[in-house]
Amino acid sequence: MNRLSAGPIGSGSAASAAGQYRVCGNCRKVPRQEKRVQVSPPLARGPSAFIPENEVMQANGLDERTNLLVEEYSTSGRLDNITQVMSIHTQYLESFLRSQFYMLRMDGPLPLPYRHYIAIMAAARHQCSYLINMHVDEFLKTGGIAEWLNGLEYIPQRLKNLNEINKLLAHRPWLITKEHIQKLVKTGENNWSLPELVHAVVLLAHYHALASFVFGSGINPERDPDTSNGVRLIAVNNFCVCDLANDNNIENASLTSSNFGIADSLSELEALMERMKRLQEDKEDEEASQEEMATRFEKEKKESLLVISGAFDDEIVSTDVSRYIEDPGFGYKDFARRGEEHLPTFRAQDYTWENHGFSLVNRLYSDIGHLLDEKFRMVYNLTYNTMATHEDVDTTMLRRALFNYVHCMYGIRYDDYDYGEVNQLLERSLKVYIKTVTCYPERTTKRMYDSYWRQFKHSEKVHVNLLLMEARMQAELLYALRAITRHLT
Amino acid sequence: MEKMARVTTALGGNTITGRTMFCHLDAPANAISVCRDAAQVVVAGRNIFKIYSIEEDQFVEKLNLRVGRKPSLNFSCADVVWHQMDENLLATAATNGVVVTWNLGKPSRNKQDQLFTEHKRTVNKVCFHPTEVYMLLSGSQDGYMKCFDLRKKDSVSTFSGQSESVRDVQFSIRDYFTFAATFENGNVQLWDIRRPDRYERMFTAHNGPVFCCDWHPEDRGWLATGGRDKMVKVWDMNTTRAKEIYCVQTIASVARVKWRPECKHHIATCSMMVDHNIYVWDVRRPFIPSAMFEEHKDVTTGIVWRHLHDPYFLLSGSKDSTLYQHIFKDASQPIDRANPEGLCYSLYGDLAFAAKESLISSDSNRKPYIGDRRHPIFFKRKLDPTEQFEYISSSSALSVFETDVESGSMDWFVHTAKQYALAGRPLAELCDHNAKVAKDLDRNQVAQTWTMLRIIYSSLGTVSSANLNHSIGKGSTTLPLMNSFNLKDIPSGLGSESRLDRSKGESRTENILMDSSSTLINNEDNEETEGSDVPADYLLGDVEGDEDDLYMMDHENPHAEEQEYSLPQEAFPLRHEIVDNPSALDHLQDKADSPHVSGNEAETVSLTPVESFSLISISHSLYENRLPSDFFNPIVRDTLLFYAEQGDVQTAVSVLIVLGDRIRKEIDEQTQEHWYTSYIDLLQRFQLWNISNEVIKLSTCRAINCLNQASTTLHINCSNCKRPMSNRGWICDRCRQCASMCAVCHHVVKGLFVWCQGCSHGGHLQHIMKWLETSSHCPAGCGHLCEYT
Repeated sequence: MNRLSAGPIGSGSAASAAGQYRVCGNCRKVPRQEKRVQVSPPLARGPSAFIPENEVMQANGLDERTNLLVEEYSTSGRLDNITQVMSIHTQYLESFLRSQFYMLRMDGPLPLPYRHYIAIMAAARHQCSYLINMHVDEFLKTGGIAEWLNGLEYIPQRLKNLNEINKLLAHRPWLITKEHIQKLVKTGENNWSLPELVHAVVLLAHYHALASFVFGSGINPERDPDTSNGVRLIAVNNFCVCDLANDNNIENASLTSSNFGIADSLSELEALMERMKRLQEDKEDEEASQEEMATRFEKEKKESLLVISGAFDDEIVSTDVSRYIEDPGFGYKDFARRGEEHLPTFRAQDYTWENHGFSLVNRLYSDIGHLLDEKFRMVYNLTYNTMATHEDVDTTMLRRALFNYVHCMYGIRYDDYDYGEVNQLLERSLKVYIKTVTCYPERTTKRMYDSYWRQFKHSEKVHVNLLLMEARMQAELLYALRAITRHLT
Repeated sequence: MEKMARVTTALGGNTITGRTMFCHLDAPANAISVCRDAAQVVVAGRNIFKIYSIEEDQFVEKLNLRVGRKPSLNFSCADVVWHQMDENLLATAATNGVVVTWNLGKPSRNKQDQLFTEHKRTVNKVCFHPTEVYMLLSGSQDGYMKCFDLRKKDSVSTFSGQSESVRDVQFSIRDYFTFAATFENGNVQLWDIRRPDRYERMFTAHNGPVFCCDWHPEDRGWLATGGRDKMVKVWDMNTTRAKEIYCVQTIASVARVKWRPECKHHIATCSMMVDHNIYVWDVRRPFIPSAMFEEHKDVTTGIVWRHLHDPYFLLSGSKDSTLYQHIFKDASQPIDRANPEGLCYSLYGDLAFAAKESLISSDSNRKPYIGDRRHPIFFKRKLDPTEQFEYISSSSALSVFETDVESGSMDWFVHTAKQYALAGRPLAELCDHNAKVAKDLDRNQVAQTWTMLRIIYSSLGTVSSANLNHSIGKGSTTLPLMNSFNLKDIPSGLGSESRLDRSKGESRTENILMDSSSTLINNEDNEETEGSDVPADYLLGDVEGDEDDLYMMDHENPHAEEQEYSLPQEAFPLRHEIVDNPSALDHLQDKADSPHVSGNEAETVSLTPVESFSLISISHSLYENRLPSDFFNPIVRDTLLFYAEQGDVQTAVSVLIVLGDRIRKEIDEQTQEHWYTSYIDLLQRFQLWNISNEVIKLSTCRAINCLNQASTTLHINCSNCKRPMSNRGWICDRCRQCASMCAVCHHVVKGLFVWCQGCSHGGHLQHIMKWLETSSHCPAGCGHLCEYT
């Protein structure tokens, strides 16, 4: 089936180097040039392209609780696809919706349209048209100035100033320094007050991370509630609505080279269980030397370089999205790669969320700290003690490995964690997936989603996505808040 | 006990001396600890682990314990503690979860003694037993506490908190077997060292992590805890339930607490974030620290009193890579800088004044001034005679001065607020209505303002022209002289002279109203003439030629109302002539002697309001001719500013609302917002909720409008099962009953529903009102004593 992009993405001047192909900004597929026909996108069924509809629905039948939550905290007033997928984990959904509702609707230093515009800016960094569409609607609904939607040139300088930090936060948060904060806080007329800035940073981090979740779970575009047949897609701004589900012939060197496919997936699971058990037992006997521990982190960091080939260097972003971003070429660059500048590793113990981040955030934007705290805690501790078909498994290790691996890619190191565990527990295909989802989520494909942990339930994979999302958000927040703290002292 | 005594004697023989001093460390410190002889201090951090000796006026580096070429994570210390029994023994908690002990008596360069690698996560705290040499306790992020016997290779017992990470562990100083542990989830647990299976006691001390705790060195039962919720709490553990006896609210999360030696109620704290100072609090006086050390430039991470029995020396380490010795006499005392007096006006003009008693008693022979109905109330705290240290007296006196009923009455404000019409009718009607309201309350000046506004802004030719003329003639005679009118309106505090001066600067329009007879209109620009100090008897009118422009405004006048109005003749010149000032005066003086000169001019005579109206009429005519209504905007703006300046924000806001877009752009947003908030605040203080809400609704400021959208949720309980209704609508989703039944008539209430916040029962407004007139119990029979207010 031919990939055709809807809207102006394929038809504009967005031609790749050869000038013969047009590339969809989202799915990175090259549509055939001769076919300029606009075909309505394939019917997307259910909330997610990765997860069968009945999985989501039957998981808990969209219980009453979810509906109550949606009623109470949803800004749009309807059950969107993100919520549907998340509702597999109702416990988490509650803290997620509550904090999101708080930052979008409750008392806060920023005016409502600003909040949505910042969400748009954040989502645009990952070309997440789903979130952009959603917030374009909300932006207008809350009284935003329609002109701003024409692009960054039309917004006030003050918002524009946020671009730099948005960009860094999304792709290389370790580069944020107190100078960036100072610049925002002290530019005179268009300056940001600290509470406003913290609010903005929280929103940015939230929507960067949420974009990861959207791509990672293959969230389908919202259906227009007005059309009865429910297939017309919201085309407010004619974004490309890629159907990630059918995207199964993407070539990815690292994927094809890895050993999945033939290996019996059942034995994979058994092997993982076995390794977990061994690690738990080994804990007492084997003690790696300190030096070794340190090198393990470095190794993991370096290895994260290799998990994906740099096949996507020629980024082409659709104009619909690019009008919300500046410097679209700026993307994730591996923390470990920059040998020349060699930024110091972020020592998690020196600036933790619990001790430092929370206090700062709560001080400047009251109560959000508690909500985020609850959310992080919830996602970190969430477990059903199951692994695929097995029950009564302590998954703490696995969860910690996922969480810390994300932080590792952002250069955050835990002194008390043995990064050898990551290697043992996370198979290569999973690492590829993790890296893609957290660092450049827009490249996620169904194939990647399917290729890891094939024995596992979809709900467990959603759980993984939640962990990745929150770990990413926390990492971004830690860097931003540390910079703010340094600015303050 | 015996050993403790020895320490004391050692202190007696070897008194500590020193001064405030500091030294630079190479790296940020995470924790510090002192040797028991108070002569050495150990500093530990991620990249530092050194011992300094404390000399008379400097720190001298004694020993660097970070040896070896490769930096090991075992050296990355989260905490350090020096044994209080054995001066060669140290223990550190490493961020990678290792507990290390160090023996300074070792001959080799590497003093590392033992390594315990049992914890899986970062160890947050280590603590030696106060009297037992070999017993070490650790608390870790993994939620376990472990007790080590230093003679053995492994831990002797493990305590599982069954909750989250352990933040602090402290052996009780007096109870041999007891230790306290604090947790990330806000709990504090007490353990018996002999019983590792279960804690003895647990209570929730803080909201969020409890970062630290400290047992009182003297009082057996007291435990101080500090948490992320910015509180320091002192618990009395002698009772069966831990009782909070003191609570100090600080400005940032509390990282460390340390009781001050020899001072029963003093405690030193430092914070985790943002705030770099070290405070010493008297827990009985929680609102102001008794001493403050402000030397550090980054957060203080470790504090320790230099000697167990010396309250004057405090050591601290910080992230700014310095180690400080603070001397108490160099501490800044915020109390000295605090304002010992407080002053506040009540709504009705009463004045409350509180001050340190010493200040008040000093001028005891002060004469009570008339009108001072004092109700002195004294707060006094008994001084503790056993208190050894200077305890700043905190007794103060409160006096309340009542203003006399007449002048302080704010009835006019309430009446005005209630009766003003702000929207829903044509501008002219609103102005007229409001003018009438003001007039009825004898606030003539405000009334005039409203009338002026009507003339300026409402369309002409229709309503206005009729109104403008209606009082010509008889009406005028009843008008009060401007002089008296003027003085009456001036707030009692201001002399009329100062008022005059002031108003001149404020607004021209006002001037004309105020300076009764002294102003003259000179030309179209309304330029004010010189000579405002003309005696008040001078009578001003607007001179000849403009006969019909001199309209009288007093439509309230009863005579006028019955009058058949005579419309002005058509052929009048629309523009009045400009007359030179002196001649005008003369001219008027002449006329003053003979009122009723002519039908049209008569009104000008001797009646000051006339004069002011003459201005209006001019404006009016000008406007009619060629001036757009916003020509007067600057004047109106000045008027509003004047009122606001005078404290009558009510008028300013009301005019602002009534005029809406006509004037809005003239006044900057912030000022408007300021007025609105002041007015709304006032209204709410008078409990005029409906009116304040109306004002909020009508305001054009975004910030104000938003007020109505904040906290709009109403939490209700189901009247049946008494549990919160989480669902929308009136069906309780738990008991499936309609929650909005009237308790009196048992019908479903549609429309106004009133219910008791105590028992959740309610019903039709009328029914409940009626019921509670006769009975004080809930109509549902639940036995609750409901109250209808």
